[in-house]
Formats: sequence, structure tokens, C-alpha cells
Amino acid sequence: MGQIEWAMWANEQALASGLILITGGIVATAGQFTSWWFGTYSIVAGVFICLLEYPRGKRRKGSTMERCGQKYLTKVVKVLGPLSRNYYIRAVLHLGLSVPAGFLLATILGTACLAIASSIYLLAAFHGEQWTPIEPQPKPKERPQVGGTIKQPPSNPPPRPPAEARKKSSEEEAAASAGVSGGPQENPVPVVDEVV
Amino acid sequence: MGNWVENEGLSIFVILIWLGMNVFLFVWYYRFYALRRTFFYTQKLLGIALPLARAPAACLNFNCMLILLPVCRNLLSFLRGSSACCSTRIRRQLDRNLTFHKMVAWMIALHTAIHTIAHLFNVEWCVDARSNNSDPYSIALSDLGDKPNETYLNFARQRFKNPEGGLYVAVTRLAGITGIVITLCLILIITSSTKTIRRSYFELFWYTHHLFVIFFIGLAIHGAERIVRGQTPQSLDKHHHEICEKKISEWGKIEECPIPQFSGNPPMTWKWIVGPMFLYLCERLVRFWRSQQKVVITKVVTHPFKTIELQMKKKGFKMEVGQYIFVKCPKVSRLEWHPFTLTSAPEEDFFSIHIRIVGDWTEGLFNACGCDKQEFQDAWKLPKIAVDGPFGTASEDVFSYEVVMLVGAGIGVTPFASILKSVWYKYCNNATNLRLKKIYFYWLCRDTHAFEWFADLLQLLETQMLERNNAGFLSYNIYLTGWDESQANHFAVHHDEEKDVITGLKQKTLYGRPNWDNEFKTIASQHPNTRIGVFLCGPEALAETLSKQCISNSESGPRGVHFIFNKENF
Repeated sequence: MGQIEWAMWANEQALASGLILITGGIVATAGQFTSWWFGTYSIVAGVFICLLEYPRGKRRKGSTMERCGQKYLTKVVKVLGPLSRNYYIRAVLHLGLSVPAGFLLATILGTACLAIASSIYLLAAFHGEQWTPIEPQPKPKERPQVGGTIKQPPSNPPPRPPAEARKKSSEEEAAASAGVSGGPQENPVPVVDEVV
Repeated sequence: MGNWVENEGLSIFVILIWLGMNVFLFVWYYRFYALRRTFFYTQKLLGIALPLARAPAACLNFNCMLILLPVCRNLLSFLRGSSACCSTRIRRQLDRNLTFHKMVAWMIALHTAIHTIAHLFNVEWCVDARSNNSDPYSIALSDLGDKPNETYLNFARQRFKNPEGGLYVAVTRLAGITGIVITLCLILIITSSTKTIRRSYFELFWYTHHLFVIFFIGLAIHGAERIVRGQTPQSLDKHHHEICEKKISEWGKIEECPIPQFSGNPPMTWKWIVGPMFLYLCERLVRFWRSQQKVVITKVVTHPFKTIELQMKKKGFKMEVGQYIFVKCPKVSRLEWHPFTLTSAPEEDFFSIHIRIVGDWTEGLFNACGCDKQEFQDAWKLPKIAVDGPFGTASEDVFSYEVVMLVGAGIGVTPFASILKSVWYKYCNNATNLRLKKIYFYWLCRDTHAFEWFADLLQLLETQMLERNNAGFLSYNIYLTGWDESQANHFAVHHDEEKDVITGLKQKTLYGRPNWDNEFKTIASQHPNTRIGVFLCGPEALAETLSKQCISNSESGPRGVHFIFNKENF
């Protein structure tokens, strides 16, 4: 398992923990359990964690599959700087966020999951991983149109051979142009009509 | 008009039956706990949360029973083989085992959520009632069990207040501990099974998935403490709640209302899951036994662009076209098994796999086989290999059609190497007995790297077909889906030459993606009134396209042309 980037799994686990915290928090708050305000905290913490973890970081090797619509959140998460980039900080943050939810049975599952996510992030940080935002790809340079670089027609006439050569070539030209307008064209390279 | 039923009908039928069973179990057990006299007093204490916790529990029993079955590969292979008499339709259904496994897993997750939430309410209300934080009736009901000769109704016996009371119950009761542990296992299994993790870090997915062992053990003992209480039958005879409900303060004092006695439900889950657990254990034992059989590497061939071919022999190894095996190399990793499609034909006396070097394990195998060295390697230096399989995939059915379309994208062409070779052998041996009369082969590649070893095979077949004057038997089309300008210029200049510049084959390479509509219509017009098998090994998007084309180009009546779509998946 040498190539694994632990942060990928930590990210999935943290996202799941966020959702579990929200669910447990809703149960405690809506059910008006004793000390239900821990449930409210759990909802808020869960939403924050989901928003933080939603944008996937860029993998070191290979391409990363983005989550649907993550580019808007990537901009926000990027602004947080080292808080989002450094996985040591994320590990500590998640551990800290998980503690208050541990006081209620309804949210303790969220605590456990988040603590596990925190330890996987710690492992990721040991391996030197960090969160890099996935930047939108710059559009590939448009290939210039064939005629696009021609801005103005040439102002000078093309260089011409001396007078005698010109006369001979003009005779040929006349014959050739007569041929073009009249009969079939002689092609320099044989062309085969093929349906591919 | 397409023949959608032909392609999808059986799957939809199975799913509907499964969903129907889930709904039935949910409703049945909901009513069981909501309406029966046995649970009247339990319901007074817990309200709607009791049946709402027991109904998903029943569904969980059902789904946990089902989830082990689709992954018993050897069992499924056995069923596939023995259903040789049955139509290919049944066998195709067995190929969708992984999809079914995932669907059942999501259903387990859903029911776990409902079950857990309902029980959170249960615990909260039980502890409140016990710590005198509730209505007097519930408090009185919770007092039952304090005196000797009384059995309890409320499983919270200590009078701790919430939230500590709830936490205390969770960690001191078997159901609580096992519940938390197995839910955590389930969550870890799910987060490590997402597509990203599975495709990129297979080993993590595989190892974490083994938490299911803890899950099943915990599940079996989850109900052992019997804390879901109902009135005993003897007590129901003597104490009728219609009369006694309102007289709770006189229970035990008046003759018509003795103190009601309660007992817990015996655990039911083990009855559901013990069968599949046993089958799965057999499955793993079979895999282990098969892997202990000696496998000898007879030849290692390095192909360009990081591909190696391993030719092996194993006593008693029998394969069919397009099957796959799991390979373990203890020298590289003692626990990891990796799947590979067999690229040899059954008619050959060895079996082979082509391996692309993309990760840790494949690189380790590359080095262990001495591929990085230039000089000839002695046979005894080659590493020991363990092989499990072969396991069936859709390609086995190729020979039961008269006409087939084979579509391979990129590395997905490997099962078809096996098929084409086998076709060639069968054709050489006895052409008249072969039901297969025509093959349309499509190979889609992004770049020319992938051509090398497969092109050799196609060249061989091309010459063979010409020699036997049956050039029309195999019609193949190679599509280069990614090309740049310099390549395009090169092709345009060499367009007229007899052999293709990339592959050296007489058939020219085509560029861009195939126009599937055209292809299907042409084939349909050339083979009216036939069942045409369409086999794909490639990405999802292509599977959708081909599936739709199959449906829309098939005629609806029993006569007329039918395209049957088969997809490989790992």
C-alpha cells in the first residue's frame, strides 16, 4: 500500500462524519433531548466540516475526480490558507470539533467517526501530504484559423522571372487556364475516390 | 421500438422482488410491535419509537442475510456452470452480482440509520422515565422490576439522568456496545468503498472491508441480552390491559390485575445470517485450498510499453474463454489478491495473463519475475504464484450466438484476446460445428501504445483467415480515438498503402469514435432474424451508449433481430 494517499480516505471519512453529526444533532434538537444544545452545536459543526471537506484535494499522481460543483467551495477553502492546506492542523481541528459532540448519546457516533478521520489525517500529515486545490484548467490555446494570421493582402507583387521566361510561362499559363475552364484537369498526384 | 424488456427485464424483476420483501417485512414487523397485546405496555413507555426500531431491524436481518451471497464467487461459478441447460439469460443475471451487493449495502445503511435514530429516542425516553423526568405513568411502569419477583419492563435500571444516563446504557448494555461497534465498522467499510478509493487504492478497500467479520459477529450477539421486553403469555392470561391499564396504582393489590411479568425477545438475527455466513466461510476455504495448488510459471514475456505476459501451468486447471483469475504473489505481498483476465485460449496447454505495470504490486511482480534484467532467467528463480479461479464472466456466452459484436476499449480488449484465439483454434479443428458464424470486432484505443502485443494476434488471424479463404469470418475495426495533427498528416500521406501504418494489418485503422448507430443498423440489415450478442469491456459511458443502441435497434417481436448486451466488470 505504498502509494496510497491517506488524505483521500480521511476526506471521505470526515465527510461522512459531518453528515452523521448533522443527523445526530437534528435528532437531539428536534427530540428536545436533555442538553439538546449539544445537538445544535453538532449540526453547526457538521455543516462546517461538510463544507470544508467537500472539495477534494488534488492527488499527487494521476487525475482527481472532482465532486459535483466543488469548484465554488474550492475558492472558499483555499482562502483559509494553512488551516485547509496543512493536514496536521486539520487533524487537530477535527479532534477538537469532535469533543463537544461526545457529551450526548445521539451525537457520540459522530464523535467517534470524526476522531477516526482525525487520526487518518494525522497519518496523512506524517506522510507529507497536503491539500492542493484543483484549479480549473486554462482553456487550450485556440488554434489560429488558417486565414486568421493574414491581416492584409501582400502589398508588393510576387517576384517574377526575367522577361523571356515570363513570356514562355505565360503561353503555358494560357494553355493551362484554357484547359481548366474547358476539359478535365490533369492531376499531378493520382487521387483515388474512396469511401472510408 | 426497442426491446428493453429483453435486456433489462430480469434484473428489474429481481430488484422489484427484493424491494417488495423489504417493504413487506417493514410493514409486517411495524404492525407486529404496534398492535399486539404483548407489547402494549412497552408501547406506552416508548410510543412510536418501538415499532419504528423493530421494523428496520427485521429488514436488516433480511439484507444482512443477502449481502454475503453475491460475493461467493465460487458458488456463483458453480451455479453458472450447472445452469448450462438454462438460458444465457439466467447466467447474465448472475454477472450482476456486484451491483446487487452494492444495492443491498445501501439498504443496510438506510435501515441502520432508521434503527439507530429510533433507538436514540427509545434510550432517551427510557432513561427519562427511570430518572423521574417523565409522566407519572411511565415512571410507574419503569418501577416494575425493583421489587423481588418482578421482571422489568424498562431496561434502564440505574437511575442516572440524561445525558449521562443514555451514555451509561449505551456502554453497559451488550446491545449498546455491539450497536456502536458494528455501526462504526459499517461506516468505515462504506467510506473505504467509494469509487475513488476502490479504483485508486484497492488494497485499502479490500483490507478495510474485512471489518465485516466484526460486523457479523457483533450482529449475531446484538440481541442476546433480550432488552426488548414484552408481556409473557402467562401474564397476558391473568392481566388484561383493557381492564387494568387505568388501574396501575392498584396492580398487585386487586385480584384482576396482578403485576404484569415481562420477558425479552429471544435473538432472531442469528437464524437469518448463520446460513450465508457458513456459505461464505466455505467460499473462503475453497479459495484458500485452490490457492494452495501448485502453479508453475512456464514463460515470462515482456511486451513494449510496460506490459508483461505470464504463462503458467496448474494441475487440473480448466478455463473457458474470457474468464478471469485472482493472482497472489507471496514474494510481493502475502495477502493481496489481484484480478486479471485470462488472455490464453482453453485449447492451449498453458494459461496466460497480460499485466500492465501501473502500481506497487505490479511493479513488485515485474521485479520478482526478473523482467528488469536482460539476461535469461532460470526457472527456479521465478517466484511462487497462487491462483484462484477461473471465474466466469459474460464472455463465456460468446459461442452460443451466431453473430457477435465484440467491443473492447483500451486495455479492455484483453478478454477478447482469449476469445479470438479460441475462435481460431475451434475454426482450425472443426469449422462446421461452430455455431458462431460471424464476428464483428471493435477496438477503441486512445493511443498507439496499446497496439503492440494484440496487433500480433490480429495479424496472425488475418493471415489464417486469408489462407482458409474465409476472410469474412472476422471483421474488425480499430478506432484511434485520440490523435494529433502530426499523426493525422502521417496517415493522410500513407493512406493508399496496402498495409496500415500503425498496425501493419491489411484492415485500415479508423480515426475518431465509431458511429454506433450506423454500425448497428448495418449489422441488423445484414443479419435479420438473428440474436446478436454484443459484448463490451470498457468504460461506463460506452456501456450506456451500447446498451441504448441495443435496445433501440432490437425489434420487439420474438422474430426479428435482437441485440443482447453483455458487459464485463470487475
